[in-house]
Amino acid sequence: MKLTQLATIALTTLAISVPVAAELVFPSLSYRTGPYAAGGTPYADGWADYFTMLNKRDGGIGGVMTSVPECETGYNTAKGVECYESLKGDGALVFNPLSTGITYQLIPKATADDIPLLTQGYGRTSGANGAIFSHVFNFPANYWAGASRIINRIKQEAGGEIAGKNIALVYHNSGYGKEPIPTLKALAEKHGFELTLIPVDHPGQEQKSQWLQIRRERPDNIILYGWGVMNQVALQEAANIRYPMDQMFGIWWSGTENDKLDGMASHGYKAATFHNVGTDYPVYADINKHVVDAGLAAGDGSNVGSVLYNRGMYAAMTAATAAATAQDMHGTADITSGMMRDGLENINMSDAVMAAAGLPKFGPEFAGSCDNHGGTGQVGIQQWDGKEQAWKLIGGFEAPDMKVIGGLIKADSEAYAAENNITPRDC
Amino acid sequence: MFYRESGDFKKTYQKDSQTFPIKFDRMRYYFVLAVAFLVIPMFLTDYMANAVMIPFLVWAIAALGLNILVGYTGQLSLGTGGFMAVGAYATYKLMTAFPGMDMVSIILLSGLITAAVGALFGLPSLRIKGFYLAVATLASQFFLVWLLNKVPWFYNYSASGQISAPQREMFGVIITGPHATPVAAYIFCLVFAVGLAWLARNLTRGRLGRSWMAIRDMDIAAEIIGVNPLMAKLSAFAVSSFFIGIAGSLFFSVYLGAAEVTEAFGITVSFAVLFMVIIGGLGSIFGSFVGAAFMVLMPVLLKNVLVGGMGWPTDLAAHFEYIIVGGLIIIFLIVEPHGLAQMARVLKEKLRLWPFPH
Repeated sequence: MKLTQLATIALTTLAISVPVAAELVFPSLSYRTGPYAAGGTPYADGWADYFTMLNKRDGGIGGVMTSVPECETGYNTAKGVECYESLKGDGALVFNPLSTGITYQLIPKATADDIPLLTQGYGRTSGANGAIFSHVFNFPANYWAGASRIINRIKQEAGGEIAGKNIALVYHNSGYGKEPIPTLKALAEKHGFELTLIPVDHPGQEQKSQWLQIRRERPDNIILYGWGVMNQVALQEAANIRYPMDQMFGIWWSGTENDKLDGMASHGYKAATFHNVGTDYPVYADINKHVVDAGLAAGDGSNVGSVLYNRGMYAAMTAATAAATAQDMHGTADITSGMMRDGLENINMSDAVMAAAGLPKFGPEFAGSCDNHGGTGQVGIQQWDGKEQAWKLIGGFEAPDMKVIGGLIKADSEAYAAENNITPRDC
Repeated sequence: MFYRESGDFKKTYQKDSQTFPIKFDRMRYYFVLAVAFLVIPMFLTDYMANAVMIPFLVWAIAALGLNILVGYTGQLSLGTGGFMAVGAYATYKLMTAFPGMDMVSIILLSGLITAAVGALFGLPSLRIKGFYLAVATLASQFFLVWLLNKVPWFYNYSASGQISAPQREMFGVIITGPHATPVAAYIFCLVFAVGLAWLARNLTRGRLGRSWMAIRDMDIAAEIIGVNPLMAKLSAFAVSSFFIGIAGSLFFSVYLGAAEVTEAFGITVSFAVLFMVIIGGLGSIFGSFVGAAFMVLMPVLLKNVLVGGMGWPTDLAAHFEYIIVGGLIIIFLIVEPHGLAQMARVLKEKLRLWPFPH
């Protein structure tokens, strides 16, 4: 009895691990467990639901069905590598790990395996330099663009002058949170403001000492680079010391429905974003019809329309557009991961393309090229409305200070190339 | 049938005091080595190497190191993650500062650097014992991680504080970096694991190991019969950290290829290695390997059965992994508090008498 059961399990494992031919595989390295599950779950749902919708509505991409095998990383790099190794054998076209740590881990591996990484709004910022990072794509915006856009907004609100102001960066003490520091340091030098760095250790539940420091120093503005439970705790602590919410700015990972307080407590809190908010888009009609109402929604289906769901869906739409571009370029519907890389590099996310995908004006227009894998870096500003309990876009998509960012990207990517003996591609 | 000892006569003292005096044991040992070196490389896929075998070997080395300290010398330590981080960052600094240096020297040097750091943090063990020492080593865990995160020199001033291993070769074969073949990386780790296990086995059989065990069993008595507690404890910390440093070095350079100190070498690592040692068996070389296998391979196996085999949702499977692994730990510790190695020992004693038990 026992043996037969074991044999059945072994056989099913074998049967499933045989790759199914002619399917476009968009694996999902998700995290639905652990301290960051609140962020990982809606994103993974958005990613999966968009491909389910494409399968039901259009019969896949270019006539080839898509599939989204999922693997749980728990936001842990070692598990991320295990997931990558197990999914790459299934013909994965592109990886989107939603973790800066895992992205750093995968950049060399994926480049060697000729599989592109799509890291929208996270990951290694200098991956925007396509000449050196041939397989990393982080358009439409990255951490440095976000930081610069927030500084620009602070400057604008202060009437154009921020010299002498004190701006504090409260950040997740990890690769993710540290990313904006070089940019903010360069901008502090340029604009003459004072930068205070306040790290918060993983997972960020304990921030008493950090907010004591803020209470003492009373910085004019706070920039928040948090993730998971750290965001809510930061907002609660800010409310406790009566820090004015409209002087607090989050990066997009600190600007979701999870990152608010009840009632009016966090009313006025602002966050950067690289895509629009809400469900007022034609694509939702299709998702509701083909996915949600058909009972095919990923997860429990409760996240449809949330900020992170939108972001996961936006990433899926970008990947699907790149796959279609690759199919056109290479004249075959059954593309490989190498062709997918070409598709991402030649993607043209124009308003017309977004409108055709049912997401008109959802994000900024951008196009990939051999040396530019980062797009234009246009970032908008959204604000939490405590009355309606929703995010509202209040500042349009504007380009950041590319002079500063461009130089930093060049320096950081060249340091990486020198360390790893990479000859930049001729672009 | 098993462990037949009749007719197996030892004619020299060397033969009588060898590591595996029973012929069956010896043959089994050679068989395992042959499988590890010759058979497994033939069937090694990327997944098997990077998700199963290499982490197993790396964690086994770390467990060996901690077993020397906890199992053989009786000094409870929670600083394993910090010491692994020292090994990893030493490797990174050596690899980037001396691009021409070969990997074996780099890894051994990283081990030595960690040994020095470990001996330094072992100093409190001369005055405090037991749980109090655990707290002191816990401080080293947090201090080392904080230091490596705080001082940008350790990560060459990179924007995110991540370190990544450049490509290095050994005899023309790529060992580290993304282009390393699974077989090369596996054999490289295996050589270190076998070499270090051999070293640990022989150290614990010699004068040094006996002085460690004397300290463990009763430190005052050990001092009276002439064991120098300063030397015994500090050498245990140094040797243990040497092993753990090498584990951290391989963990970073061969296994992951990139690491971030707070995420990869946090307090959970210290606990995981301590669990490996306790589940495998305190004071046992074999136990270190079994404990590492249990803690590393069980979650991967469960994931593949639950998600791959039975098609469960990934989050449900991830939660069940915790439940099953946690449950198994409790069951093992109730059934055999001395660890899996003790189970093997009992089995061996039974088999030696079989089929004629008293």
